[in-house]
Amino acid sequence: MAKITLSNLRHSYAPNPQSADDYALKQIDLDWEDGGAYALLGPSGCGKSTLLNIISGLLVPSEGRILFDDRDVTGLPPDQRNIAQVFQFPVIYDTMSVRDNLAFPLRNRGVEEGRIAQRVAEIARMLDVEDMLDVRASHLSPDNKQKISMGRGLVRDDVNVVMFDEPLTVIDPHLKWKLRSKLKELHQRVRATMIYVTHDQTEALTFADQVVVMQQGEVVQIGTPVELFERPQHTFVGHFIGSPGMNVLPAVQADGRATFQGQPVALEGKITGQGGATELGIRPEFVTFADEGLEARVRKVSDVGRHSVVEAMVGDTAVKAVVEGDVPEQGAAVHLHFAPKHTRLYRDGWIATEVGP
Amino acid sequence: MKTENAKAWFFVLPVLLLVAFNALVPIMTVVNYSVQETFGNNVFFWQGLDWFEQILRSDRFHAALGRQFLFTFLILIIEVPLGIIIALSMPKKGIWVPVCLVLMALPMLIPWNVVGAMWNIFTLPKIGLLGYLMNDVLGIAYDMTQNPLAAWITIIVMDVWHWTSLVVLLAYAGLVSIPDAYYQAAKIDGASPWKVFRYIQLPKLKTVLTIAILLRFMDSFNIYTEVFVLTGGGPGNSTTLLSIDLVKIALGQFDLGPAAAMSLIYFAITLLVSWLFYTLMTKDDAK
Repeated sequence: MAKITLSNLRHSYAPNPQSADDYALKQIDLDWEDGGAYALLGPSGCGKSTLLNIISGLLVPSEGRILFDDRDVTGLPPDQRNIAQVFQFPVIYDTMSVRDNLAFPLRNRGVEEGRIAQRVAEIARMLDVEDMLDVRASHLSPDNKQKISMGRGLVRDDVNVVMFDEPLTVIDPHLKWKLRSKLKELHQRVRATMIYVTHDQTEALTFADQVVVMQQGEVVQIGTPVELFERPQHTFVGHFIGSPGMNVLPAVQADGRATFQGQPVALEGKITGQGGATELGIRPEFVTFADEGLEARVRKVSDVGRHSVVEAMVGDTAVKAVVEGDVPEQGAAVHLHFAPKHTRLYRDGWIATEVGP
Repeated sequence: MKTENAKAWFFVLPVLLLVAFNALVPIMTVVNYSVQETFGNNVFFWQGLDWFEQILRSDRFHAALGRQFLFTFLILIIEVPLGIIIALSMPKKGIWVPVCLVLMALPMLIPWNVVGAMWNIFTLPKIGLLGYLMNDVLGIAYDMTQNPLAAWITIIVMDVWHWTSLVVLLAYAGLVSIPDAYYQAAKIDGASPWKVFRYIQLPKLKTVLTIAILLRFMDSFNIYTEVFVLTGGGPGNSTTLLSIDLVKIALGQFDLGPAAAMSLIYFAITLLVSWLFYTLMTKDDAK
């Protein structure tokens, strides 16, 4: 188990990268604490798998260094980094029994047989696969196969980091939550550093203590699930996390105040900086109906179960609100209220208000 | 409950007719000859199973069958491993892939009698390039028209040249279908190249290799053209494989009865070995 440091990491798949667009990873500086549970969250093509492959050693970065516990491992191949990786679809050795599959990484490292048997038994108990140890691995169901490929990573007790590359992609929905909670439980038991790559916010937020949100080869925010939800540092994070995502509305900044559709809007705190394109960010959860405020007309009401999502038009801009209980009718004229504590200004995508008193 | 629908037979009727005309009818003609004696003019005498008995007891048949098995065995233990090795060393991507594939496919596109003729001219002492090189430049006595061992080496090398590509192409198709994640997982698990081959590549190749071996077995067991054109079954009878012997009996001696009986025995052996092999190879998949 180890602390992982990524410093000045850049990677390009092109042989001679010229502009920033040639880089799959633009500039990554990260510190991951020993024993933490991290998620790398971002849309497809944002560079999260590239980053994962660089940490595991399957890819060598164009620039920058990777340190495990302050030891430079940038040039080391995967088998010398003591890492484990679980792939999108289960990778198992078909012709071997489950027991041999679990023992495989230890046998390759010349671990003594008695110790192997002990570790395999421990891991099998942890994963609830004790009753299938002698079954041929090819006969297992997809979720059990994925458990075995996880087990092959965990069986080594010297493992520095366990990485998951969208491991629930091929698992049936009703088994997903089961495996997900198993993963969380495993992390609490083995206390290894774990990195979980996904584009599914639910998976990321339930698994990780710290979520790293990536977009177009850059880290846009690192934070706990609560921080990401409550105070997105970038409109992308606000939009990507949450369902529905944050309202991002065109706004005008004048005299230290912000206006939306000609009306002044109260913000969480002081505005920082000048110029650029400004936008308001407010989560639908903090938009309420009031007797006075922004005039709007309800365009669409969707009942999503526990609550309803109301889409109202303010001028030509749609604003979403999450409403519990009674909802206005479609076409009704309403007034919207933005909770000031949760209303922020963004400049060129990045947050431009200070936390209020 | 099982429902029966007699109309279904109409849908398989065309196939049944086709199979009847290209397999059943010709085979039944052979069966017809195999139990009778004829001296021409469509006059037949009933012989029962005499021909079968005669063939099964004949030393000549035993010898040809032995040569046939030896030939098939030799080409299989050379072509299958060699094909896998070549497939493993072929590039997985890039501009060389199509080049390699076309080069590999070339020998298989040459008509079989041309293959025999090419190798005949190539290996003849004095006039053939190889024959000249061996005898007159390197000083190694090599004459496939006189020396049985030289003849055997030549037919084996010819078959390896002609058909290893089939194994290569099938194995290559199997190899490129293995997802990268398997190789990455193996790297992380610290597996040696041998273990990668043994536990990832070989298991994934099992199906295509079963097909490759089956095809190569049937083709080589029934081989006629190339060997006949190259050696004519000689020197002596040393390269007279089953099919060559069969043609000698049928068309050389015009013993249609024994030839027919031999054909059926030949057919039964091919079928039996193929079935045994296929059943053994697919046994654990069904479990």
